[in-house]
Amino acid sequence: MSMKPLCVKLSVQPSRGLVDEKFTVLVQNLLPGFQLTIHALHQCEDGHSWEAFAHYTADATGIVNVSEDPSLDGTYSGVEQMGLLWSLRPVPGSKSGLRMRKMNVQTPMVVTISVYQGHQTEGFLDQVLLASVVVERWYMAPGVRRVPITDGKLTATLFLPSGPGPFPGLLDLWGGGGKLVEYRAALLASHGIASMALDYLTPQITEETGKMVDSDYFETAYRVLEQHPQILGSRIAMLGLSFGTSVTFGMAVYSQVVKLSCAVCISGSHVQPIGGSVEQILAYFNKNVAKTRFDENNQVIWRNLLLPIPTDPSLKVEMGRLQCPLLLVVGEDDQNWPAHESAMDMKEMMERAGNSHLLTVLSYKNAGHLIEPPFMPFTRASTFKTVTNPPTKVMVLWGGELVAHSRAQEDAWRKTLVFLRENLYGGMQP
Amino acid sequence: MDMKQHCMKLSVQPSRGLVDEKFTVMVQNLLPGFQLTIHALHQCEDGHSWEAFAHYTADATGIVNVSQDPSLGGTYSGVEPMGLLWSLRPAPGSKTGLRWRKMNVQTPMGVTISVYQGHQTEGFLDQVLLASVVVERWYMAPGVRRVPITEGRLTATLFLPSGPGPFPGLLDLWGLGGKLVEYRAALLASHGIASLALDYFTPKKTGKMVDNDYFETAYRVLEQHPQILGSRIAMLGLSFGAGLTLRMAVYSECLKLSCAVCISGSHVQPIDGPLEQIMTYYNKNVEKTHFDEDNQLIWRDLLLPFPTDPSLKVDVGRLECPLLLIVGEDDQNWPSYESAMDMREMMERAGNSHLLTVLSYKNAGHLIEPPFMAFTRASSFKTATNPPFTMMVLWGGELVAHSRAQEDAWRKTLVFLTENLYGDMKPDASFSNM
Repeated sequence: MSMKPLCVKLSVQPSRGLVDEKFTVLVQNLLPGFQLTIHALHQCEDGHSWEAFAHYTADATGIVNVSEDPSLDGTYSGVEQMGLLWSLRPVPGSKSGLRMRKMNVQTPMVVTISVYQGHQTEGFLDQVLLASVVVERWYMAPGVRRVPITDGKLTATLFLPSGPGPFPGLLDLWGGGGKLVEYRAALLASHGIASMALDYLTPQITEETGKMVDSDYFETAYRVLEQHPQILGSRIAMLGLSFGTSVTFGMAVYSQVVKLSCAVCISGSHVQPIGGSVEQILAYFNKNVAKTRFDENNQVIWRNLLLPIPTDPSLKVEMGRLQCPLLLVVGEDDQNWPAHESAMDMKEMMERAGNSHLLTVLSYKNAGHLIEPPFMPFTRASTFKTVTNPPTKVMVLWGGELVAHSRAQEDAWRKTLVFLRENLYGGMQP
Repeated sequence: MDMKQHCMKLSVQPSRGLVDEKFTVMVQNLLPGFQLTIHALHQCEDGHSWEAFAHYTADATGIVNVSQDPSLGGTYSGVEPMGLLWSLRPAPGSKTGLRWRKMNVQTPMGVTISVYQGHQTEGFLDQVLLASVVVERWYMAPGVRRVPITEGRLTATLFLPSGPGPFPGLLDLWGLGGKLVEYRAALLASHGIASLALDYFTPKKTGKMVDNDYFETAYRVLEQHPQILGSRIAMLGLSFGAGLTLRMAVYSECLKLSCAVCISGSHVQPIDGPLEQIMTYYNKNVEKTHFDEDNQLIWRDLLLPFPTDPSLKVDVGRLECPLLLIVGEDDQNWPSYESAMDMREMMERAGNSHLLTVLSYKNAGHLIEPPFMAFTRASSFKTATNPPFTMMVLWGGELVAHSRAQEDAWRKTLVFLTENLYGDMKPDASFSNM
């Protein structure tokens, strides 16, 4: 069955949306029963190509609606409105261990959505292209302002929501990979929270002096938020992933300066030498490096470095002393950190101390370590450059299974936004 | 009544849309019966501020939905989903005669939509701002490519739709204001038509007016482009550009148009001789210039009454392609409605009136543009004389009727173009030029 190419109508609404917004992919004017492949192509900043595809058959009305119709096969199957994004994977022939992360958040992620005749699985560039549209996925909503921070010795970027403010604030910390990663803070600002992305492992000051930062670095960052004329100093949260949770737990419980309205900790652990500096915590982890395991593909599993969860109280942040609401997000297939076990231990500590009403745990079966904002390609393993001296590059297993992990990201992000909004805005007097 | 400032929620969906897309403005978490003003603010490229505002009262569920609820007063009233854009007007204190046009189409138009407490009418900067969002309105859909044309003496920009093509093509002409105005061509490309914005009035170097071969060169650029279907090219002109479109459609040996769209124009022009003669002909009647009570120029009478001499009217009876005429019945700049009626009569006599569609809008003026743009009833205009001087020209039209006309005309123009540029194509014919 042949199709008049110019009649096939492909539309994606919205054509410009935020990265955490859903879109509707619709193909119309097809012959009933027509077989087609919908294909997504994205070229990321470092030049690698990522693709996803799914097989559909037009219904009696000649329409395929990705939000309602099942994919019969491809990089995802079944009814998956956003499958064309979260099932993106490096094209055949790419080098291994790739992970997609947008570093420049001021430009959108661009995805080309195309329709091909028949149920294709490869060699798309040579196929008959019936229609194609370009879709933009933005990290910054209109009016969000990106403000590089030059106060003190911080390596950080502040994202201010659009509007007059004042806004609640948030300190956003990533993990052991270092670098200044802005996209989650940009997204949070697009949701009304003034968010600061903070590089604390590879900041300029560490590059210059060779010394790792101390708790006053985080307190300085907190104060930048607290004193900002457009930020509500009494409404500041902290969000950390992976090693960023180690910092967050420590600050939330022990800092005299940092007074948090709430905290969100994703894929992390409270296990650390209490009162230790960043350097000391890392040293503690490294002591157990012999516990490193490898999977059948020689990918590094680091979850055991913190197991078993110690009984020695000086090696765990005293969660019983926490005074603000805490949201823990963990993947049960996390191969990098023992996040689930840590969450269970924290729950127990808080139940014993009587402050467990502050705790919410979101635990996802078959989700891995990298629980990120939704609709981003899933990475089960990737190359990782250690923050050691000298650094080494290893292939790390993060864990997780494609579909379960993608669902977990969508659910966790939505609940994170609700949690933040309730705790940052809730109970405010007129 | 006071409001918990941070509970109120203002949202505009989509926050990034095309300029001809509708949006939904919603305010939630209000106290029932709460009075508020929704305000739109836009700062255009030349620095002037434009604003619109409307008064609403929250319903029992504490919601105001601009698409469903009536404005009780402001720059528009009643239920108007897009009123915050088409009723934009220069902020108080602005100089007179402003007209809003985006010249850089690669960046979006930014509009700040805000909510103020109470029913306000002025001094917004001093009011209590309850919420505010920024909305972007784009002229180019994602993937549309802007290609400056360097061929020959052309001053032109080609906009290619996203996708592999091939695409139908279109030549886009504005009026005697000159300059290279790209936004309509950019929008048409966003709808799948490869469109060439052509400046024919102020092109480089010569100082002389261009002639037919200029348009034929532009046509050939489209026809020969590897991603454009040479047999599927249309022409769209407004004002003087509409007259040129009719001229080319009927008399050019070179241009073979699938269809033509003529907005606010006339077929009255000397058909022999160079284009410069058209200007001479119009200028001959300059005494017929009128002024309204505000001393704004009315030029519609320069072409009235219609000549009986057949060499002074494009012979539309010889037209061989579908033609869409769009006219505002309150056009004070050109006698476009009368011209449309005369053209219809000519085509009925000649037997080709089945090709003609006329969209005539009561109380619409001369500047019938893509929808949701600020309405201009009169503005300053720089004449094409030597030396040039600036006058205040009356375009005509009434705000609401003209805005509705733009919305309706644009939708119908897109349908007309799509039907005539894509219609009855054979399955494999489209690839014959690949």
